[in-house]
Amino acid sequence: MKHPYAIALDVGTSKLNHTGSWRTQRPEYVDRLPPCNAACPAGEDIQGWLSHAEAGEYEDAWRALTANNPLPAVMGRVCYHPCETACNRAQIDEAVGINSVERFLGDVAIAKGWAFDKPKSETGKRVLIVGAGPAGLSAAYHLRRLGHGVTIREAGPLAGGMMRFGIPKYRLPRDVLDAEVGRIVEMGVELVLNSKVDDIEAAMREGRYDASFLAVGAHIARRAYIPAGGAAKILDAVSLLRSMEGEGPPLLGRRVVIYGGGNTALDAARTARRLGASEAIIVYRRTREKMPAHDFELEEALQEGVSMKWLSTIKSVEGGSMTIEKMKLDETGFPQPTGEFETLEADSLVLALGQDVDLSLLEHAPGIVIENGVVKVGTDMMTGRSGVFAGGDMAPSERTVTVAVGHGKKAARCVDGYLSGRAYTPPHKHALASFDRLNTWYYEDAPATVRPVLEAVRRVENFEEVVSGLDETNALYEARRCLSCGNCFECDNCYGVCPDNAVVKLGPGKRFKFDYDYCKGCGLCAAECPCGAIEMVAEAI
Amino acid sequence: MLHQIEGSKAMARSIALCRPQVVCAYPITPQTHIVEGVGELVRTGELNDCEFINVESEFAALSVAIGASAAGARAYTATASQGLLFMAEAVYNAAGLGLPIVMTLGNRAIGAPINIWNDHSDAMALRESGWIQLFAESNQEAADLHIVAFRLAEELSVPTMVCVDGFILTHAVERIDVPDQAAVDAFLPPYEPMQSLDPADPISIGAMVGPDAFTEVRYLQYFKQHTALTLIEKFATEFEQRFGRQAGGLLRTYEVEGAETLIVAMGSINGTIKDVIDEMRADGVAIGLVTLIAFRPFPADALRQALARARDVVVIDRAVDVGMGGPLASNIAIALRELPDPPAMHSAIVGLGGRPTSKASLHRLFRQAAIQPWEGPHFLDLNEKVVARELHRRGKTRRVGPAAEGILKELEKERVEKLAERTS
Amino acid sequence: MNEVQKLKFYQKGTLTVGNRLIDERERNVQASLDRSNSLTSGHRACQGCGEALGARYAIDAAMRATNRNLIAVNATGCLEVFTTPYPETSWQIPWMHSLFGNAAAVATGVAAAMRVLGRAETRVVAQGGDGGTTDIGFGCLSGMFERNDDVLYICYDNEGYMNTGVQRSSATPPAARTATTPAMGKEAGNVFGTGKFTPKIAVAHEIPYAATASVADLHDLEAKVTKAMGLRGARYIQINVPCPLGWGAASQDTIKLARLAIETGLYPIFEAENGYVTRVRKIRRPTPVAEYLKLQRRFAHLFRDGVEDPRVAKLQAIADRHIKDYGLLEEAA
Repeated sequence: MKHPYAIALDVGTSKLNHTGSWRTQRPEYVDRLPPCNAACPAGEDIQGWLSHAEAGEYEDAWRALTANNPLPAVMGRVCYHPCETACNRAQIDEAVGINSVERFLGDVAIAKGWAFDKPKSETGKRVLIVGAGPAGLSAAYHLRRLGHGVTIREAGPLAGGMMRFGIPKYRLPRDVLDAEVGRIVEMGVELVLNSKVDDIEAAMREGRYDASFLAVGAHIARRAYIPAGGAAKILDAVSLLRSMEGEGPPLLGRRVVIYGGGNTALDAARTARRLGASEAIIVYRRTREKMPAHDFELEEALQEGVSMKWLSTIKSVEGGSMTIEKMKLDETGFPQPTGEFETLEADSLVLALGQDVDLSLLEHAPGIVIENGVVKVGTDMMTGRSGVFAGGDMAPSERTVTVAVGHGKKAARCVDGYLSGRAYTPPHKHALASFDRLNTWYYEDAPATVRPVLEAVRRVENFEEVVSGLDETNALYEARRCLSCGNCFECDNCYGVCPDNAVVKLGPGKRFKFDYDYCKGCGLCAAECPCGAIEMVAEAI
Repeated sequence: MLHQIEGSKAMARSIALCRPQVVCAYPITPQTHIVEGVGELVRTGELNDCEFINVESEFAALSVAIGASAAGARAYTATASQGLLFMAEAVYNAAGLGLPIVMTLGNRAIGAPINIWNDHSDAMALRESGWIQLFAESNQEAADLHIVAFRLAEELSVPTMVCVDGFILTHAVERIDVPDQAAVDAFLPPYEPMQSLDPADPISIGAMVGPDAFTEVRYLQYFKQHTALTLIEKFATEFEQRFGRQAGGLLRTYEVEGAETLIVAMGSINGTIKDVIDEMRADGVAIGLVTLIAFRPFPADALRQALARARDVVVIDRAVDVGMGGPLASNIAIALRELPDPPAMHSAIVGLGGRPTSKASLHRLFRQAAIQPWEGPHFLDLNEKVVARELHRRGKTRRVGPAAEGILKELEKERVEKLAERTS
Repeated sequence: MNEVQKLKFYQKGTLTVGNRLIDERERNVQASLDRSNSLTSGHRACQGCGEALGARYAIDAAMRATNRNLIAVNATGCLEVFTTPYPETSWQIPWMHSLFGNAAAVATGVAAAMRVLGRAETRVVAQGGDGGTTDIGFGCLSGMFERNDDVLYICYDNEGYMNTGVQRSSATPPAARTATTPAMGKEAGNVFGTGKFTPKIAVAHEIPYAATASVADLHDLEAKVTKAMGLRGARYIQINVPCPLGWGAASQDTIKLARLAIETGLYPIFEAENGYVTRVRKIRRPTPVAEYLKLQRRFAHLFRDGVEDPRVAKLQAIADRHIKDYGLLEEAA
């Protein structure tokens, strides 16, 4: 002892006093499911790839993103981003522009020529995919990652399915689509174009495939009976959009009426504007609130000069004019005729009343059940015919590119389970990281000086036809707005706010652990965790 | 080198020779001239490497010294009377922490009634605080004792108080030999603390100590003071060898050879007592003197030896413990009771609040001890008439007012009466 | 700073303790793997103790600012008692406790010793609770200030004598219940019109630096300690440290309460140099005082039976006055 007895003490000796024994509740680190991830039909780990992006690690971000979705540049343009609708940040200011960051990453990947890794080993199994649309391409990609041989048979002359033949170029430039399709094919996918499968049984048998995934798009336009006379020009939206690819563009005239209320109707209207129509009028039998199209797409269409005729049905078409009946909504929200009519002049009428899938290839397949024009599948995406899986527009679900990509991923995993004999079980989902679990104090507000810059950026981004998306600075900004709901982002708050130094920092990327020898269970770490990644659990006494 | 110099200034010079590194100054009569003197030496550059700090209270003065000492600097301050009481908490604290601070106490009475003159009430008030307390007999000794005090304090890591009688010593101009720096440096090595606040070797000083170790801490303090008894003697011898005169030690004797009556006293009053003893010896009275220098630690053994053969012992207290009597007498009684045939002890309370003690009164007191011993403490030169009247007045009325003012009124009445007697 | 830099830094994690995206050297001391932990584990402070937290925040920051060349002096109080009961100490730095009311003077002595020993690069911090600072230690504090001694005095203000069992101090807010201002009688709790705000008195000494801080704003606290350690002379920082026990609050609410104390305007956060207020921390999310008061049992008598006592409005008036006097709200653009 180098100092007097008892009145002076050797430093740091209190560590002998294990104050952890005072504790009645203990903090535990948890991971919660961010609402964006929960809402993503493609099952992306959005919070995960944003955390790479916000660090400026774009390739890591892109690789994390493409672990679930091989088409980020496409999705960054055409996805209806339910993730942003679910985003907790919307309750603070505005949702994180996830979709724009996704597009940015997709575009950077194309510019830099980043490629997917080829599988380390081949399983020797062969899978036939019918249709090179988003579902088929997604399935092909995931099956190749798992080492299976993949052949895609596509009826059309080019890959892409509805992405190519249903989505206008101004929303999805074809070079972007080609680049992302090409990257999947480069993984060793056999893509056979102009090769319609008429009989899946025969195709499986002849190609000796071990399994198949059916992903045929809904390319058949629904028609409605409208009495038409004279030289009425009536065509359907699917044909209109398809004809934009390659063949000579159709002549629609100066005044075009589009009939329907879905996104396809909007695409058709906006396409008509781009083809030179001075007026594009959408006739829809219900109201804006009831319209199935996404509101932001409607906004864009309105900004582009598309006009709307709500609560209206088309009764007949005569030469250059048509008869419209006004409707009103009944108590159930269903439109009922009023007997009031008016006349609308138009050079052509585009019908956008929905699409169906051509299911003729299933006629000889035993056990497959078809209901409401789609194939019945189990939770494992398998049809009633063993080894035949189906997804995308063919399976009962919302018909969007994102859903299709999600189907492709899920189907690929289930096919893999089927082929390996070990049925695929999806991983356990964490509890939702709801807004009330966050401590939002710690998230910085966008300062007044930065807000105008931001808003301008968003505006540009929203005019989808403008080629450029976010630049790096803005993408980084947007990524950093992510709250990282339910997932530790190593902000050091727990490490800092513990009055007992009972949080051990493990170093970059390794997060933290609790030192229960000293943790008194005060709960400050949990209360001050911005993202709700700490839970207080009662101690067993 | 000899100087005709005020006691305070002499002390200031000898303190400066000890190279204190932090000196805290707060004025209180009669110690003020000492710190003023040190301050001057700092300003003139005669004392280098010294932080002279004007603080806002005695409590701060000693607290600054505590911090400085714990951080490894030689620290000094001075106080008196009320000032000592105002810093009382820090006085105990410095001792409990074992910080070798040296402090001059310009002995002065404690109020109320407020009184700026000399007695030993202040030193006695804090006699249990854990400090070593050395009482100077003369200004030469007052100056020299500081050099010994630093050596002793630092050797043991115990704070040390040098008690000097206010005015009588502090303000008296005398011929004093102030030693040279080399001699002091040779006697007093640089301060090497037992514990120190140092980022290179951190410790926590001033822990809260509970029942499990408090007794041991106190025992160690007790043991250290016991050790000091030997060291005080040793350093006195060494001082005498180096400087050629006596300073310190536990006690000094005067004319004790064959003395039947022995007087025990502390401080400057010893000078007067020696004169009285000379006169009484000339008259054939076998009387001698024991001058006590170290009051804390209390040299019970040395006193027992010095007093063993006397028939009567008269203890001069310059303070009164009002519920008990003379504090020095109480201590000496304890030392004497272990003797097989102890001398008769007579306690006298002398010179409170600066009352001059005349040789005549002492003659009377010393003779009376042998021929007409008294019970309990004897208050020398007590104006019994005034006291009796005041006591009588108090017996009659409850609202007597403050005691001091009552006494003053009585004294005034007495003066007027005497004047009337003389003129009539 | 260019636009890109601005964009980069106004992001997730800016108000948190750390931010993995900021350069290691620019992060808070508390975010660092090798922070001093000057006050280490095993101390006996209550669960969620604001003072334990504030002390580690402040002293670790001072340690970094002085290149770990620091001595601390401590007044008697909770911080002293819970850190150094024999035979264990939680301090990892040279530390000394003398008395309740003399920390500032002892620190003066330590600083003087360092100067005279030629070790002036070793810096001195004195610390104490509000009782040891604004009441019993006030004389020594003022003396240290006026002499401009080279000491940073840190007052951990938990608004009462907590160590002795929650009694009123001159820093106890009006209406607060303490053991010596019980929630009884007509004017339950601490009396309006009493108390003092020592930071203002420190400013009046025209010392080089005086500031208030809070455990709820670590960035501000560390910046202030760092700034203070970059100056010589007398400096004062008073840190608001909620006391779960004394305030009757949940242990996990310590930082939340400190935050609300700022956001309501009850605890103005500012800094002053040489007698002038030079910077004020603006309120970010203005909050009515009731939201702060309701979380604490010491104010429970103001909300008995669901009825708001008129004195809540008086406390709001105090907050409003702070907001006006210190300019705590952002000017409307």
